Amino acid sequence: MVNPLKPSERMRIPRQAPIEQPPAIRNHNFEEVSLGFNEDLVTQEALRCLDCKNPVCIDGCPVSIDIPAFVRLVVEKKYLEAAKKIKEQCYIPAITGRVCPQERQCECECLLGKKHKPLSIGKLERFVSDYERLYGDNTPPEIHARREEKIAIVGTGPAGLTCAAELAQRGYRVTMFEALHAAGGVLRYGIPEFRLPKAILDVEIENVKKLGVEIVTNFIIGRTATVDELLDDFGFHAIFLATGAGSPNFQGIPGENLPGVYSASEFLTRVNFMRGYLFPEYDTPVKIGKRVAVVGGGNTAMDAVRTALRLGPEKAYLIYRRTKREMPARAEEVDHALEEGVELHELTAPIRVISNDGRWVSKIECVKMQLGEPGSDGRRKPVEIPNSNYILEVDTVIIAIGQNPNPIIQATTPNLASTKKGTVVVDENGQTSREGVFAGGDLSRGGATVILAMRDGKLAATSIHQYLEKKAVEHHLAKTAVS
Amino acid sequence: MFEIVAKESLAPVLTKFVIRSPFIARKRKAGHFVILRVDDHGERIPLTIVDSDAESGTITLIVQTIGKTTKLLSLKEKGDTLLDVAGPLGNPTPIENLGTVVCIGGGVGTAEIFPIVKALKEAGNRVVTIIGARNKDLVILEREISEVSDTLIIATEDGSRGLKGLVTDALSDYIQSNGHIGAVYAVGPIPMMRAVSNFTKPFDLKTFVSLNPLMMDGTGMCGACRVTVGGETKFACVDGPEFEGHMVDFDELIARNRAYADLEKQSLERFERELAEGGLIHG
Repeated sequence: MVNPLKPSERMRIPRQAPIEQPPAIRNHNFEEVSLGFNEDLVTQEALRCLDCKNPVCIDGCPVSIDIPAFVRLVVEKKYLEAAKKIKEQCYIPAITGRVCPQERQCECECLLGKKHKPLSIGKLERFVSDYERLYGDNTPPEIHARREEKIAIVGTGPAGLTCAAELAQRGYRVTMFEALHAAGGVLRYGIPEFRLPKAILDVEIENVKKLGVEIVTNFIIGRTATVDELLDDFGFHAIFLATGAGSPNFQGIPGENLPGVYSASEFLTRVNFMRGYLFPEYDTPVKIGKRVAVVGGGNTAMDAVRTALRLGPEKAYLIYRRTKREMPARAEEVDHALEEGVELHELTAPIRVISNDGRWVSKIECVKMQLGEPGSDGRRKPVEIPNSNYILEVDTVIIAIGQNPNPIIQATTPNLASTKKGTVVVDENGQTSREGVFAGGDLSRGGATVILAMRDGKLAATSIHQYLEKKAVEHHLAKTAVS
Repeated sequence: MFEIVAKESLAPVLTKFVIRSPFIARKRKAGHFVILRVDDHGERIPLTIVDSDAESGTITLIVQTIGKTTKLLSLKEKGDTLLDVAGPLGNPTPIENLGTVVCIGGGVGTAEIFPIVKALKEAGNRVVTIIGARNKDLVILEREISEVSDTLIIATEDGSRGLKGLVTDALSDYIQSNGHIGAVYAVGPIPMMRAVSNFTKPFDLKTFVSLNPLMMDGTGMCGACRVTVGGETKFACVDGPEFEGHMVDFDELIARNRAYADLEKQSLERFERELAEGGLIHG
């Protein structure tokens, strides 16, 4: 069955809204906020696709998923085939369907969006991947060629998982190294349960393992073994570095090291990764108190403030130095946060954290800002308004103003070029300054998105394949020359 | 999973574990630590590696029973396994030949100073080691340390062994009656490390302390372990754990380490209640 509707009829169908937990209920639990589409909604939504001759949505997708093709399969109710179609380009669609900023990618290109609202591509992707998880047989694709070369992937976040899946499907022997005790990187320690349930992440990782990928946890490259040891002693033929950007920035304001001031990384790791919200059933403690202030306007800040809210404070403030419009966070997350009762203090910057007794935070002093001239990034720069200081009573402060790459690999790998900020330098193929060593994701970008990390993972897989093919040819030629 | 291949009680609340962890054993140097998690509900705690044997693929940890996790650990026996052990973490102690050096270990810090004593001795230093403890029963590793020290001084608070007094008293005596000291290395409770740093400062005597802030990942990712050193924020896990004692803001470290004291107490009491009721919930 192809889409029976004429374009004009398709355009008359309104964009379908996903099912969501109501704000007043969900802000007290860690269950998933968006429940996505049911079959009725998914059918209605899929019928809206104009199936354009020149599908620009694909250009908007960092990993070039064939969107019209999978949506056609959804119209035909061939959900398992739709999932297969997506997986040709994206091996972890249950994740991307949940965390991609579609409004800035595929959906932003969608022609429906010119006059109406764009197709809800992300929610369609999510439905299809959830359907496959529940009703598919989840057998991995057949791997045709087997390769002898061993590849080490350092870091098990979105870049690493994508690269691993690509290379395993090309027949390589892939081993992933994870510094923490469980795989997933930022998908596990950073993104909260209510946005990406761990059970779904576990299945996606299991799917990657089914391709023959080995995951070694508690193994810190740069400490347990160095990059050079992987190449020289462990016999790996190429390496993809994807250790992310987890090292938190601080503002450098007075009082920032007081007990009760967390980095977003620490706070989210305590709650998500260590399950601190289940203390004392789980051993890692976390304290939130009655009033919590989160500083920042990115996705991490939204995750932190919404996580904090679920631990039951009376007030959760979000302090951001520009306005809501300039926030780098995904629109859906900002809206969700505000719906759930987060109090936004925009055009506000903290200048000091204060403790009454030296043992715990009690206040944060802020100053009001106004938007001035555009800076080098084109965004208008916030400027302090003199004498506009005010004080907020708080029990917890969470700083979410960005992360830099984890420093260990750069410090322990000779001749690996990196920038002042700690990002590893790569060329257009993801190749670092070291032969056979590739990098991508937040390690080379600084803080970016899951999907861009995945694009880097795919690119690196292609580059590693080309590199090893070239090596194989050289090796063969050298052998023939000798004989 | 990481197997406990040997266990020995050294003193009340001090237990030695030898754990199979070949990769860590191969790489470990003096000053390194591991992060471990006992079981699936467990927290991640940092522990200094006291010794290692690359050939048998084992590392040695000495654990002081303080809270729930260390209590749970102390109940583990030879043949049991630990769920997660990751390392070696931190920067190794900078080891060079400085002539005469003084190493000071207080309490469980005696275990942590041992690998430093050994490494400094191997580098050709004349090593004077001071062990401090509350009483004679808490003096540990005396034989092992005396084997790698040129001089061993023991100080107990109650005088039941060696000098009566604190490690700083012993250090003071030593400095007054002897010549040049290249550096002091102190590992132990924070008040002890602060006292040693305060004592050596007027002598302009370089003093290294090994800090033990709260930690989670141990790889520079969370910032829980941040300490102020010379007015700058440092992460003890990747910038340390050793710093120059004269630069460290000890008051801040003490406040930060107390951040969860109430919850830690609650967790321990809950665990002890469970033990008393006979329910070994963590099997």
